[in-house]
Amino acid sequence: MKITEKEVRYVADLANLQLADAEIGRLAKDLDEILSHIDALNELDTSNVEPMAQVLYDAEETATLRADVEQPPLGNEAALANAPLAGNGYYKVPRVIER
Amino acid sequence: MSASLTGLASLSIPEVKKGLANGDFTAVELARSALELAEKENPKTNAYLLLCPERALAAAQKVDQKLAAGEDAGALAGVPLAVKDVIVTKGVRTTCGSRLLEHYIPPYDATAVIRLEQAGGIILGKTNCDEFAMGSSNENSAYGPVRNPAALDRVPGGSSGGSAAVVAQGTAVVALGSDTGGSVRQPASFCGVVGVTPTYGRVSRFGLVAFASSLDHIGPFGRTVQDAALLLQTIAGRDERDSTSAFAPVPNYVAYLDGRVAGMKIGLPREYFEGLASESGDLIRKGIEVLKQLGCEVREISLPVTKYAVPCYYIIATAEASSNLARYDGVRYTTRADSETLSDMYRATRGQGFGAECKRRIMLGTYVLSHGYYDAYYLKAQKVRALIAEDFRKAFAEVDAIVAPVSPSPAFKIGEKIDDPLEMYLSDIYTITGDLAGIPCMSVPCGKTSEGLPVGMQILARHFDETGMFRLADAFEKAGGFAG
Repeated sequence: MKITEKEVRYVADLANLQLADAEIGRLAKDLDEILSHIDALNELDTSNVEPMAQVLYDAEETATLRADVEQPPLGNEAALANAPLAGNGYYKVPRVIER
Repeated sequence: MSASLTGLASLSIPEVKKGLANGDFTAVELARSALELAEKENPKTNAYLLLCPERALAAAQKVDQKLAAGEDAGALAGVPLAVKDVIVTKGVRTTCGSRLLEHYIPPYDATAVIRLEQAGGIILGKTNCDEFAMGSSNENSAYGPVRNPAALDRVPGGSSGGSAAVVAQGTAVVALGSDTGGSVRQPASFCGVVGVTPTYGRVSRFGLVAFASSLDHIGPFGRTVQDAALLLQTIAGRDERDSTSAFAPVPNYVAYLDGRVAGMKIGLPREYFEGLASESGDLIRKGIEVLKQLGCEVREISLPVTKYAVPCYYIIATAEASSNLARYDGVRYTTRADSETLSDMYRATRGQGFGAECKRRIMLGTYVLSHGYYDAYYLKAQKVRALIAEDFRKAFAEVDAIVAPVSPSPAFKIGEKIDDPLEMYLSDIYTITGDLAGIPCMSVPCGKTSEGLPVGMQILARHFDETGMFRLADAFEKAGGFAG
Protein backbone atom coordinates (compact mmCIF):
# COMPACT_ATOMS: atom_id res chain seq x y z
CA MET A 1 0.00 0.00 0.00
CA LYS A 2 1.35 3.39 -0.99
CA ILE A 3 -1.31 5.28 0.92
CA THR A 4 -3.66 4.38 3.78
CA GLU A 5 -7.11 5.73 4.60
CA LYS A 6 -5.56 7.56 7.52
CA GLU A 7 -3.20 9.36 5.16
CA VAL A 8 -6.07 10.17 2.82
CA ARG A 9 -7.84 11.87 5.74
CA TYR A 10 -4.67 13.79 6.58
CA VAL A 11 -4.21 14.99 2.98
CA ALA A 12 -7.90 15.94 2.72
CA ASP A 13 -7.37 18.04 5.81
CA LEU A 14 -4.41 19.80 4.18
CA ALA A 15 -6.54 20.43 1.09
CA ASN A 16 -9.51 21.74 3.09
CA LEU A 17 -11.67 19.10 1.51
CA GLN A 18 -14.55 17.46 3.38
CA LEU A 19 -14.95 13.87 2.22
CA ALA A 20 -17.60 11.26 2.97
CA ASP A 21 -16.39 7.89 4.28
CA ALA A 22 -17.21 6.22 0.98
CA GLU A 23 -15.07 8.79 -0.82
CA ILE A 24 -12.13 8.14 1.51
CA GLY A 25 -12.13 4.44 0.67
CA ARG A 26 -12.43 5.07 -3.03
CA LEU A 27 -9.68 7.70 -3.02
CA ALA A 28 -7.33 5.43 -1.06
CA LYS A 29 -7.74 2.78 -3.76
CA ASP A 30 -7.42 5.22 -6.70
CA LEU A 31 -4.45 7.12 -5.28
CA ASP A 32 -2.71 3.89 -4.38
CA GLU A 33 -3.00 2.68 -7.96
CA ILE A 34 -1.86 6.01 -9.43
CA LEU A 35 1.05 6.40 -7.00
CA SER A 36 2.21 2.85 -7.77
CA HIS A 37 2.24 3.76 -11.45
CA ILE A 38 4.12 6.96 -10.69
CA ASP A 39 6.88 4.90 -9.03
CA ALA A 40 8.12 4.10 -12.53
CA LEU A 41 9.86 7.50 -12.51
CA ASN A 42 12.45 6.07 -10.11
CA GLU A 43 13.82 3.98 -12.97
CA LEU A 44 15.24 7.19 -14.45
CA ASP A 45 18.53 8.56 -13.19
CA THR A 46 17.99 12.30 -12.85
CA SER A 47 20.89 13.11 -10.53
CA ASN A 48 22.48 15.49 -13.05
CA VAL A 49 19.30 17.00 -14.45
CA GLU A 50 18.18 20.55 -13.76
CA PRO A 51 14.47 20.66 -12.88
CA MET A 52 12.31 22.32 -15.51
CA ALA A 53 9.91 24.70 -13.80
CA GLN A 54 8.69 26.55 -16.87
CA VAL A 55 8.89 26.48 -20.63
CA LEU A 56 11.53 29.07 -21.42
CA TYR A 57 11.86 31.49 -24.25
CA ASP A 58 14.32 34.31 -24.84
CA ALA A 59 13.39 37.54 -23.11
CA GLU A 60 15.21 39.97 -20.88
CA GLU A 61 14.75 39.46 -17.18
CA THR A 62 12.44 42.40 -16.69
CA ALA A 63 10.82 42.34 -20.12
CA THR A 64 7.67 40.74 -18.79
CA LEU A 65 6.99 43.61 -16.41
CA ARG A 66 4.60 46.24 -17.67
CA ALA A 67 5.33 49.94 -17.28
CA ASP A 68 4.76 51.12 -13.70
CA VAL A 69 1.76 53.24 -14.54
CA GLU A 70 -1.50 53.37 -12.62
CA GLN A 71 -4.38 51.58 -14.26
CA PRO A 72 -8.03 51.65 -13.28
CA PRO A 73 -8.84 48.72 -10.98
CA LEU A 74 -11.84 46.46 -11.34
CA GLY A 75 -13.65 48.35 -8.60
CA ASN A 76 -15.10 47.22 -5.31
CA GLU A 77 -18.62 46.60 -6.55
CA ALA A 78 -17.61 44.46 -9.52
CA ALA A 79 -15.11 42.51 -7.42
CA LEU A 80 -17.72 41.68 -4.79
CA ALA A 81 -20.56 40.97 -7.20
CA ASN A 82 -19.92 37.21 -7.11
CA ALA A 83 -19.43 36.95 -3.36
CA PRO A 84 -21.89 34.60 -1.64
CA LEU A 85 -22.04 37.13 1.19
CA ALA A 86 -20.72 40.69 1.25
CA GLY A 87 -21.39 43.86 3.17
CA ASN A 88 -19.96 47.36 3.59
CA GLY A 89 -17.58 46.71 0.73
CA TYR A 90 -16.10 43.52 2.23
CA TYR A 91 -16.41 39.78 1.86
CA LYS A 92 -18.24 38.33 4.85
CA VAL A 93 -17.27 35.00 6.42
CA PRO A 94 -18.21 33.14 9.61
CA ARG A 95 -16.83 34.79 12.72
CA VAL A 96 -13.16 33.95 13.41
CA ILE A 97 -12.48 36.14 16.43
CA GLU A 98 -14.60 35.89 19.56
CA ARG A 99 -15.42 39.10 21.37
CA MET B 1 -21.21 27.20 -54.45
CA SER B 2 -22.54 30.40 -52.99
CA ALA B 3 -22.65 30.40 -49.25
CA SER B 4 -26.21 30.28 -48.01
CA LEU B 5 -27.69 30.60 -44.56
CA THR B 6 -28.83 27.00 -44.37
CA GLY B 7 -25.30 25.86 -45.08
CA LEU B 8 -23.80 27.15 -41.85
CA ALA B 9 -22.55 23.67 -41.07
CA SER B 10 -20.25 23.77 -44.06
CA LEU B 11 -19.21 27.43 -44.05
CA SER B 12 -15.56 28.31 -43.63
CA ILE B 13 -14.21 31.70 -42.49
CA PRO B 14 -13.40 32.76 -46.11
CA GLU B 15 -16.93 31.71 -47.16
CA VAL B 16 -18.49 33.85 -44.45
CA LYS B 17 -16.38 36.74 -45.64
CA LYS B 18 -17.43 36.15 -49.25
CA GLY B 19 -21.09 35.77 -48.32
CA LEU B 20 -21.07 39.09 -46.49
CA ALA B 21 -19.25 40.83 -49.32
CA ASN B 22 -21.68 39.45 -51.94
CA GLY B 23 -24.67 40.43 -49.85
CA ASP B 24 -25.84 36.78 -49.63
CA PHE B 25 -26.58 37.49 -45.97
CA THR B 26 -25.88 40.11 -43.32
CA ALA B 27 -23.92 39.38 -40.15
CA VAL B 28 -27.15 39.70 -38.14
CA GLU B 29 -28.96 37.23 -40.40
CA LEU B 30 -26.09 34.79 -40.13
CA ALA B 31 -25.92 35.15 -36.33
CA ARG B 32 -29.70 34.66 -36.02
CA SER B 33 -29.67 31.56 -38.15
CA ALA B 34 -26.61 30.20 -36.31
CA LEU B 35 -28.32 30.73 -32.95
CA GLU B 36 -31.49 29.04 -34.17
CA LEU B 37 -29.54 26.08 -35.50
CA ALA B 38 -27.54 25.78 -32.25
CA GLU B 39 -30.75 25.93 -30.20
CA LYS B 40 -32.33 23.22 -32.34
CA GLU B 41 -29.35 20.87 -32.59
CA ASN B 42 -27.92 21.22 -29.10
CA PRO B 43 -30.21 18.72 -27.33
CA LYS B 44 -28.54 15.97 -29.41
CA THR B 45 -25.06 16.66 -28.04
CA ASN B 46 -25.33 18.93 -24.95
CA ALA B 47 -22.28 20.74 -26.38
CA TYR B 48 -23.39 24.28 -25.54
CA LEU B 49 -23.97 25.10 -21.88
CA LEU B 50 -25.38 28.50 -22.75
CA LEU B 51 -26.17 30.65 -25.78
CA CYS B 52 -25.74 34.42 -25.53
CA PRO B 53 -28.00 35.82 -28.29
CA GLU B 54 -27.91 39.42 -27.00
CA ARG B 55 -24.16 39.59 -27.10
CA ALA B 56 -24.01 37.78 -30.45
CA LEU B 57 -26.57 40.01 -32.15
CA ALA B 58 -25.02 43.20 -30.79
CA ALA B 59 -21.63 42.12 -32.17
CA ALA B 60 -23.20 41.19 -35.51
CA GLN B 61 -24.91 44.57 -35.74
CA LYS B 62 -21.55 46.27 -35.28
CA VAL B 63 -20.11 44.22 -38.12
CA ASP B 64 -23.00 45.14 -40.41
CA GLN B 65 -22.62 48.83 -39.55
CA LYS B 66 -18.91 48.74 -40.32
CA LEU B 67 -19.49 46.92 -43.61
CA ALA B 68 -22.23 49.38 -44.59
CA ALA B 69 -19.84 52.26 -43.88
CA GLY B 70 -17.19 50.62 -46.04
CA GLU B 71 -14.89 50.03 -43.06
CA ASP B 72 -12.72 47.00 -42.37
CA ALA B 73 -14.86 44.78 -40.16
CA GLY B 74 -11.98 42.50 -39.13
CA ALA B 75 -10.51 39.11 -40.01
CA LEU B 76 -13.35 37.21 -38.33
CA ALA B 77 -16.14 39.60 -39.38
CA GLY B 78 -19.49 37.90 -38.83
CA VAL B 79 -18.01 34.45 -38.05
CA PRO B 80 -20.25 32.54 -35.60
CA LEU B 81 -18.03 30.92 -32.99
CA ALA B 82 -18.05 29.30 -29.58
CA VAL B 83 -15.89 29.66 -26.47
CA LYS B 84 -15.07 26.93 -23.97
CA ASP B 85 -16.62 27.61 -20.58
CA VAL B 86 -13.24 27.91 -18.82
CA ILE B 87 -12.58 31.20 -20.62
CA VAL B 88 -14.23 34.15 -18.94
CA THR B 89 -16.80 36.35 -20.69
CA LYS B 90 -17.89 39.59 -19.06
CA GLY B 91 -21.52 39.45 -18.00
CA VAL B 92 -21.97 35.96 -19.48
CA ARG B 93 -22.03 33.07 -17.02
CA THR B 94 -18.83 31.00 -16.94
CA THR B 95 -19.08 27.71 -15.04
CA CYS B 96 -15.91 25.74 -15.90
CA GLY B 97 -18.26 22.75 -15.98
CA SER B 98 -18.44 22.96 -12.18
CA ARG B 99 -21.33 23.22 -9.72
CA LEU B 100 -19.14 25.61 -7.74
CA LEU B 101 -19.43 28.27 -10.43
CA GLU B 102 -23.05 27.64 -11.36
CA HIS B 103 -23.90 31.30 -10.84
CA TYR B 104 -20.55 32.94 -11.61
CA ILE B 105 -20.82 36.01 -13.85
CA PRO B 106 -17.28 37.21 -14.67
CA PRO B 107 -16.63 40.94 -14.29
CA TYR B 108 -14.16 40.98 -17.22
CA ASP B 109 -13.37 39.40 -20.60
CA ALA B 110 -10.41 37.14 -21.33
CA THR B 111 -7.85 38.71 -23.69
CA ALA B 112 -8.58 36.03 -26.31
CA VAL B 113 -12.28 36.92 -26.15
CA ILE B 114 -11.55 40.63 -26.52
CA ARG B 115 -9.35 39.91 -29.55
CA LEU B 116 -11.95 37.68 -31.18
CA GLU B 117 -14.62 40.32 -30.86
CA GLN B 118 -12.29 43.10 -31.99
CA ALA B 119 -11.73 41.04 -35.14
CA GLY B 120 -15.50 40.93 -35.71
CA GLY B 121 -16.10 37.40 -34.37
CA ILE B 122 -19.59 36.58 -33.09
CA ILE B 123 -19.65 34.63 -29.82
CA LEU B 124 -22.76 32.43 -29.93
CA GLY B 125 -22.26 30.81 -26.56
CA LYS B 126 -20.17 28.86 -24.08
CA THR B 127 -19.30 25.20 -24.53
CA ASN B 128 -19.43 22.27 -22.14
CA CYS B 129 -16.22 20.74 -20.79
CA ASP B 130 -14.84 18.53 -18.06
CA GLU B 131 -14.92 20.26 -14.68
CA PHE B 132 -12.05 22.78 -14.57
CA ALA B 133 -10.76 21.13 -17.77
CA MET B 134 -9.87 17.92 -15.93
CA GLY B 135 -10.75 14.90 -18.01
CA SER B 136 -10.40 13.09 -21.31
CA SER B 137 -14.03 12.34 -22.06
CA ASN B 138 -16.19 15.32 -21.05
CA GLU B 139 -17.97 13.02 -18.59
CA ASN B 140 -16.70 15.08 -15.65
CA SER B 141 -18.95 18.04 -16.40
CA ALA B 142 -21.45 18.88 -13.67
CA TYR B 143 -23.89 19.65 -16.49
CA GLY B 144 -23.90 16.23 -18.09
CA PRO B 145 -21.64 14.66 -20.71
CA VAL B 146 -21.33 15.87 -24.30
CA ARG B 147 -22.22 13.36 -27.02
CA ASN B 148 -19.95 12.92 -30.01
CA PRO B 149 -21.74 14.18 -33.17
CA ALA B 150 -20.11 11.37 -35.15
CA ALA B 151 -21.61 8.70 -32.83
CA LEU B 152 -24.03 9.91 -30.19
CA ASP B 153 -23.38 7.03 -27.78
CA ARG B 154 -19.71 7.94 -27.63
CA VAL B 155 -17.67 10.59 -25.86
CA PRO B 156 -16.40 13.62 -27.82
CA GLY B 157 -13.11 13.49 -25.91
CA GLY B 158 -12.08 16.03 -23.36
CA SER B 159 -11.71 18.28 -21.79
CA SER B 160 -12.73 20.65 -24.62
CA GLY B 161 -15.41 18.20 -25.81
CA GLY B 162 -18.09 20.83 -26.29
CA SER B 163 -15.90 23.04 -28.48
CA ALA B 164 -14.88 20.10 -30.69
CA ALA B 165 -18.50 18.94 -30.92
CA VAL B 166 -20.01 22.28 -31.98
CA VAL B 167 -17.47 22.61 -34.79
CA ALA B 168 -18.05 19.00 -35.89
CA GLN B 169 -21.81 19.41 -35.62
CA GLY B 170 -21.79 22.66 -37.57
CA THR B 171 -23.34 24.78 -34.82
CA ALA B 172 -20.29 27.07 -34.92
CA VAL B 173 -17.72 27.73 -37.61
CA VAL B 174 -14.78 27.72 -35.19
CA ALA B 175 -14.30 27.50 -31.42
CA LEU B 176 -11.80 28.16 -28.65
CA GLY B 177 -10.70 25.40 -26.32
CA SER B 178 -7.93 24.94 -23.80
CA ASP B 179 -5.22 22.29 -23.65
CA THR B 180 -3.19 21.24 -20.61
CA GLY B 181 -2.52 17.58 -21.46
CA GLY B 182 -4.28 17.09 -24.79
CA SER B 183 -7.64 18.74 -24.17
CA VAL B 184 -7.78 20.33 -27.63
CA ARG B 185 -6.08 17.67 -29.79
CA GLN B 186 -7.80 14.59 -28.35
CA PRO B 187 -11.39 15.87 -28.77
CA ALA B 188 -10.48 17.24 -32.21
CA SER B 189 -9.30 13.76 -33.13
CA PHE B 190 -12.41 12.06 -31.66
CA CYS B 191 -14.81 14.46 -33.43
CA GLY B 192 -12.99 14.71 -36.76
CA VAL B 193 -12.02 18.38 -36.73
CA VAL B 194 -8.75 20.35 -36.62
CA GLY B 195 -7.49 21.28 -33.14
CA VAL B 196 -4.35 23.26 -32.36
CA THR B 197 -2.24 23.57 -29.21
CA PRO B 198 0.04 26.52 -29.97
CA THR B 199 3.50 27.03 -28.44
CA TYR B 200 3.34 27.68 -24.68
CA GLY B 201 3.00 31.45 -24.28
CA ARG B 202 1.81 32.05 -27.86
CA VAL B 203 -1.71 32.99 -26.70
CA SER B 204 -2.43 35.05 -23.60
CA ARG B 205 -4.09 33.12 -20.79
CA PHE B 206 -5.48 36.23 -19.14
CA GLY B 207 -9.04 35.17 -18.37
CA LEU B 208 -8.42 31.45 -18.85
CA VAL B 209 -9.40 29.90 -15.52
CA ALA B 210 -6.17 28.29 -14.30
CA PHE B 211 -5.76 24.52 -14.08
CA ALA B 212 -2.00 23.85 -14.30
CA SER B 213 -0.24 27.09 -15.08
CA SER B 214 3.03 25.70 -16.47
CA LEU B 215 1.00 23.64 -18.99
CA ASP B 216 -2.20 25.58 -19.80
CA HIS B 217 -2.82 26.84 -23.34
CA ILE B 218 -5.74 28.35 -25.22
CA GLY B 219 -6.12 26.76 -28.65
CA PRO B 220 -8.43 26.93 -31.69
CA PHE B 221 -10.74 24.39 -33.35
CA GLY B 222 -11.81 24.58 -36.99
CA ARG B 223 -13.13 22.35 -39.74
CA THR B 224 -10.12 23.26 -41.87
CA VAL B 225 -6.49 23.99 -41.10
CA GLN B 226 -6.94 27.44 -42.63
CA ASP B 227 -9.82 28.32 -40.28
CA ALA B 228 -7.86 27.17 -37.24
CA ALA B 229 -4.84 29.19 -38.43
CA LEU B 230 -6.99 32.29 -38.94
CA LEU B 231 -8.43 31.93 -35.47
CA LEU B 232 -4.98 31.55 -33.92
CA GLN B 233 -3.82 34.58 -35.89
CA THR B 234 -6.38 36.82 -34.19
CA ILE B 235 -5.69 35.67 -30.61
CA ALA B 236 -1.89 35.15 -30.66
CA GLY B 237 0.70 37.66 -29.50
CA ARG B 238 2.06 39.40 -26.44
CA ASP B 239 -0.40 40.61 -23.83
CA GLU B 240 0.94 42.67 -20.97
CA ARG B 241 -1.77 41.27 -18.71
CA ASP B 242 -0.22 37.79 -18.98
CA SER B 243 3.47 37.89 -18.05
CA THR B 244 3.94 34.41 -19.54
CA SER B 245 2.75 35.47 -22.99
CA ALA B 246 5.56 35.48 -25.54
CA PHE B 247 7.09 38.47 -27.30
CA ALA B 248 7.84 36.60 -30.53
CA PRO B 249 6.15 38.32 -33.49
CA VAL B 250 3.12 36.53 -34.92
CA PRO B 251 3.68 35.53 -38.57
CA ASN B 252 0.93 35.60 -41.17
CA TYR B 253 0.03 31.93 -40.89
CA VAL B 254 -2.19 31.73 -43.95
CA ALA B 255 0.72 32.86 -46.16
CA TYR B 256 2.42 29.55 -45.30
CA LEU B 257 -0.43 27.37 -46.52
CA ASP B 258 1.29 27.00 -49.88
CA GLY B 259 1.72 23.25 -50.16
CA ARG B 260 5.51 23.50 -50.25
CA VAL B 261 6.29 20.47 -48.14
CA ALA B 262 8.49 18.48 -50.54
CA GLY B 263 11.79 17.74 -48.83
CA MET B 264 10.39 18.39 -45.37
CA LYS B 265 11.89 15.94 -42.87
CA ILE B 266 9.31 14.10 -40.80
CA GLY B 267 10.13 11.99 -37.77
CA LEU B 268 7.98 9.06 -36.65
CA PRO B 269 8.68 8.36 -32.98
CA ARG B 270 8.93 4.58 -32.52
CA GLU B 271 7.49 4.79 -28.99
CA TYR B 272 4.23 6.33 -30.25
CA PHE B 273 3.37 3.46 -32.53
CA GLU B 274 3.64 0.66 -29.97
CA GLY B 275 0.33 -0.36 -28.44
CA LEU B 276 -1.77 1.55 -30.93
CA ALA B 277 -5.27 0.19 -31.68
CA SER B 278 -5.01 -1.52 -35.04
CA GLU B 279 -7.48 0.50 -37.07
CA SER B 280 -6.18 3.83 -35.77
CA GLY B 281 -2.67 2.65 -36.59
CA ASP B 282 -3.66 1.66 -40.13
CA LEU B 283 -5.21 5.07 -40.76
CA ILE B 284 -2.16 6.92 -39.44
CA ARG B 285 0.14 4.76 -41.56
CA LYS B 286 -2.01 5.51 -44.62
CA GLY B 287 -1.70 9.18 -43.73
CA ILE B 288 2.07 8.82 -43.59
CA GLU B 289 1.96 7.39 -47.14
CA VAL B 290 0.17 10.57 -48.22
CA LEU B 291 3.00 12.63 -46.70
CA LYS B 292 5.55 10.56 -48.63
CA GLN B 293 3.63 11.15 -51.87
CA LEU B 294 3.83 14.86 -51.12
CA GLY B 295 7.61 14.52 -51.14
CA CYS B 296 8.23 14.52 -47.39
CA GLU B 297 11.27 12.57 -46.20
CA VAL B 298 9.96 10.24 -43.52
CA ARG B 299 12.25 8.53 -41.01
CA GLU B 300 11.90 6.71 -37.72
CA ILE B 301 13.14 8.51 -34.62
CA SER B 302 13.17 7.72 -30.91
CA LEU B 303 11.82 9.72 -27.98
CA PRO B 304 12.96 7.32 -25.26
CA VAL B 305 11.54 9.14 -22.23
CA THR B 306 7.96 8.96 -23.61
CA LYS B 307 6.88 6.14 -21.34
CA TYR B 308 7.51 8.31 -18.29
CA ALA B 309 5.37 11.18 -19.56
CA VAL B 310 2.10 10.06 -17.93
CA PRO B 311 3.45 9.82 -14.36
CA CYS B 312 5.46 13.01 -14.87
CA TYR B 313 2.41 14.89 -16.11
CA TYR B 314 0.04 13.66 -13.41
CA ILE B 315 2.43 14.88 -10.72
CA ILE B 316 3.01 18.33 -12.21
CA ALA B 317 -0.54 18.96 -13.38
CA THR B 318 -2.19 17.84 -10.15
CA ALA B 319 0.30 19.70 -7.95
CA GLU B 320 -0.39 22.92 -9.82
CA ALA B 321 -4.12 22.23 -9.87
CA SER B 322 -4.27 21.69 -6.12
CA SER B 323 -2.78 25.17 -5.68
CA ASN B 324 -4.91 26.84 -8.37
CA LEU B 325 -8.17 25.35 -7.07
CA ALA B 326 -7.48 26.54 -3.52
CA ARG B 327 -9.28 29.78 -4.40
CA TYR B 328 -12.69 28.05 -4.50
CA ASP B 329 -13.22 28.39 -0.79
CA GLY B 330 -16.74 29.74 -0.46
CA VAL B 331 -15.59 33.34 0.01
CA ARG B 332 -15.39 34.82 -3.49
CA TYR B 333 -17.06 32.62 -6.07
CA THR B 334 -20.82 32.48 -5.64
CA THR B 335 -21.19 29.12 -3.88
CA ARG B 336 -20.91 28.58 -0.15
CA ALA B 337 -21.95 25.76 2.16
CA ASP B 338 -23.04 27.44 5.37
CA SER B 339 -21.18 26.31 8.48
CA GLU B 340 -20.51 27.60 11.97
CA THR B 341 -16.77 28.09 11.56
CA LEU B 342 -14.65 29.47 8.75
CA SER B 343 -12.65 26.29 8.46
CA ASP B 344 -15.76 24.09 8.26
CA MET B 345 -17.19 26.47 5.68
CA TYR B 346 -14.12 26.00 3.44
CA ARG B 347 -14.22 22.24 3.81
CA ALA B 348 -17.93 21.82 3.26
CA THR B 349 -18.02 24.21 0.27
CA ARG B 350 -15.22 22.34 -1.45
CA GLY B 351 -16.46 18.90 -0.43
CA GLN B 352 -19.92 19.56 -1.83
CA GLY B 353 -18.86 21.65 -4.81
CA PHE B 354 -16.11 19.67 -6.52
CA GLY B 355 -16.84 16.54 -8.55
CA ALA B 356 -15.01 13.24 -8.14
CA GLU B 357 -12.23 13.90 -10.67
CA CYS B 358 -11.38 17.33 -9.26
CA LYS B 359 -11.23 15.85 -5.78
CA ARG B 360 -8.97 13.06 -6.98
CA ARG B 361 -6.57 15.54 -8.55
CA ILE B 362 -6.62 17.97 -5.63
CA MET B 363 -5.82 15.05 -3.35
CA LEU B 364 -3.02 13.70 -5.54
CA GLY B 365 -1.58 17.19 -6.02
CA THR B 366 -1.73 17.97 -2.30
CA TYR B 367 -0.12 14.63 -1.50
CA VAL B 368 2.83 15.05 -3.87
CA LEU B 369 3.49 18.56 -2.53
CA SER B 370 3.10 17.61 1.13
CA HIS B 371 5.94 17.59 3.64
CA GLY B 372 8.45 14.85 3.00
CA TYR B 373 7.22 14.01 -0.50
CA TYR B 374 8.15 17.11 -2.49
CA ASP B 375 11.59 15.86 -3.61
CA ALA B 376 10.38 12.36 -4.39
CA TYR B 377 7.50 13.50 -6.55
CA TYR B 378 7.31 17.12 -7.69
CA LEU B 379 11.04 17.78 -8.01
CA LYS B 380 11.55 14.38 -9.64
CA ALA B 381 8.78 15.10 -12.12
CA GLN B 382 10.29 18.48 -13.01
CA LYS B 383 13.56 16.72 -13.80
CA VAL B 384 11.83 14.10 -15.92
CA ARG B 385 10.03 16.94 -17.68
CA ALA B 386 13.45 18.38 -18.59
CA LEU B 387 14.40 15.01 -20.08
CA ILE B 388 11.21 14.90 -22.16
CA ALA B 389 11.89 18.41 -23.47
CA GLU B 390 15.47 17.30 -24.23
CA ASP B 391 14.14 14.31 -26.23
CA PHE B 392 12.28 16.74 -28.46
CA ARG B 393 15.21 19.14 -28.74
CA LYS B 394 17.41 16.31 -30.03
CA ALA B 395 14.72 15.09 -32.40
CA PHE B 396 14.18 18.54 -33.90
CA ALA B 397 17.89 18.76 -34.68
CA GLU B 398 17.22 15.97 -37.19
CA VAL B 399 13.67 16.52 -38.38
CA ASP B 400 11.37 19.47 -39.15
CA ALA B 401 8.22 17.96 -37.74
CA ILE B 402 7.07 14.88 -35.86
CA VAL B 403 4.03 12.88 -36.90
CA ALA B 404 2.26 10.59 -34.46
CA PRO B 405 -1.15 9.37 -33.37
CA VAL B 406 -3.23 11.60 -31.09
CA SER B 407 -4.85 8.85 -29.05
CA PRO B 408 -4.36 5.08 -28.75
CA SER B 409 -7.97 4.47 -29.86
CA PRO B 410 -10.89 6.36 -31.41
CA ALA B 411 -13.83 7.72 -29.35
CA PHE B 412 -14.97 5.25 -26.70
CA LYS B 413 -18.50 4.71 -25.38
CA ILE B 414 -19.92 6.99 -22.71
CA GLY B 415 -19.39 5.30 -19.34
CA GLU B 416 -16.79 2.85 -20.66
CA LYS B 417 -13.77 4.19 -18.76
CA ILE B 418 -15.32 6.36 -16.09
CA ASP B 419 -14.58 3.90 -13.27
CA ASP B 420 -10.92 3.48 -14.12
CA PRO B 421 -9.08 6.79 -13.65
CA LEU B 422 -5.65 5.30 -14.30
CA GLU B 423 -6.70 3.86 -17.66
CA MET B 424 -8.21 7.24 -18.54
CA TYR B 425 -4.92 8.95 -17.63
CA LEU B 426 -2.90 6.46 -19.67
CA SER B 427 -4.92 7.28 -22.79
CA ASP B 428 -3.35 10.77 -22.73
CA ILE B 429 0.09 9.31 -23.44
CA TYR B 430 0.59 10.79 -26.93
CA THR B 431 -0.67 14.28 -26.19
CA ILE B 432 0.85 15.20 -22.82
CA THR B 433 4.43 15.13 -24.11
CA GLY B 434 3.83 18.19 -26.32
CA ASP B 435 2.40 20.13 -23.38
CA LEU B 436 5.30 19.16 -21.12
CA ALA B 437 7.80 20.37 -23.73
CA GLY B 438 5.72 23.48 -24.56
CA ILE B 439 5.96 22.88 -28.31
CA PRO B 440 3.18 23.55 -30.84
CA CYS B 441 1.17 20.50 -31.84
CA MET B 442 -2.14 19.80 -33.50
CA SER B 443 -4.59 17.15 -34.61
CA VAL B 444 -5.66 16.99 -38.23
CA PRO B 445 -8.35 14.58 -39.49
CA CYS B 446 -6.89 11.38 -40.97
CA GLY B 447 -9.97 9.40 -42.04
CA LYS B 448 -12.50 7.23 -40.26
CA THR B 449 -12.64 3.68 -38.93
CA SER B 450 -15.02 1.09 -40.43
CA GLU B 451 -17.51 2.14 -37.73
CA GLY B 452 -17.29 5.72 -38.96
CA LEU B 453 -15.27 7.02 -36.02
CA PRO B 454 -12.85 9.83 -36.86
CA VAL B 455 -9.13 9.43 -36.23
CA GLY B 456 -6.74 12.36 -35.99
CA MET B 457 -3.08 12.56 -36.93
CA GLN B 458 -0.85 14.57 -34.64
CA ILE B 459 1.81 16.96 -35.93
CA LEU B 460 4.36 18.38 -33.50
CA ALA B 461 6.86 21.11 -34.38
CA ARG B 462 9.64 23.26 -32.89
CA HIS B 463 8.84 26.11 -30.51
CA PHE B 464 7.04 28.89 -32.43
CA ASP B 465 7.10 26.93 -35.69
CA GLU B 466 3.33 27.01 -36.08
CA THR B 467 4.02 28.07 -39.66
CA GLY B 468 5.78 24.80 -40.58
CA MET B 469 3.16 22.81 -38.69
CA PHE B 470 0.25 24.50 -40.49
CA ARG B 471 1.98 24.18 -43.86
CA LEU B 472 2.29 20.42 -43.40
CA ALA B 473 -1.22 19.98 -41.98
CA ASP B 474 -2.78 22.02 -44.78
CA ALA B 475 -0.95 20.09 -47.51
CA PHE B 476 -1.98 16.83 -45.84
CA GLU B 477 -5.61 17.92 -45.50
CA LYS B 478 -5.83 18.87 -49.18
CA ALA B 479 -4.02 15.75 -50.43
CA GLY B 480 -5.97 13.39 -48.20
CA GLY B 481 -9.35 14.88 -48.98
CA PHE B 482 -10.21 15.03 -45.28
CA ALA B 483 -11.21 18.71 -45.15
CA GLY B 484 -14.59 19.80 -43.83
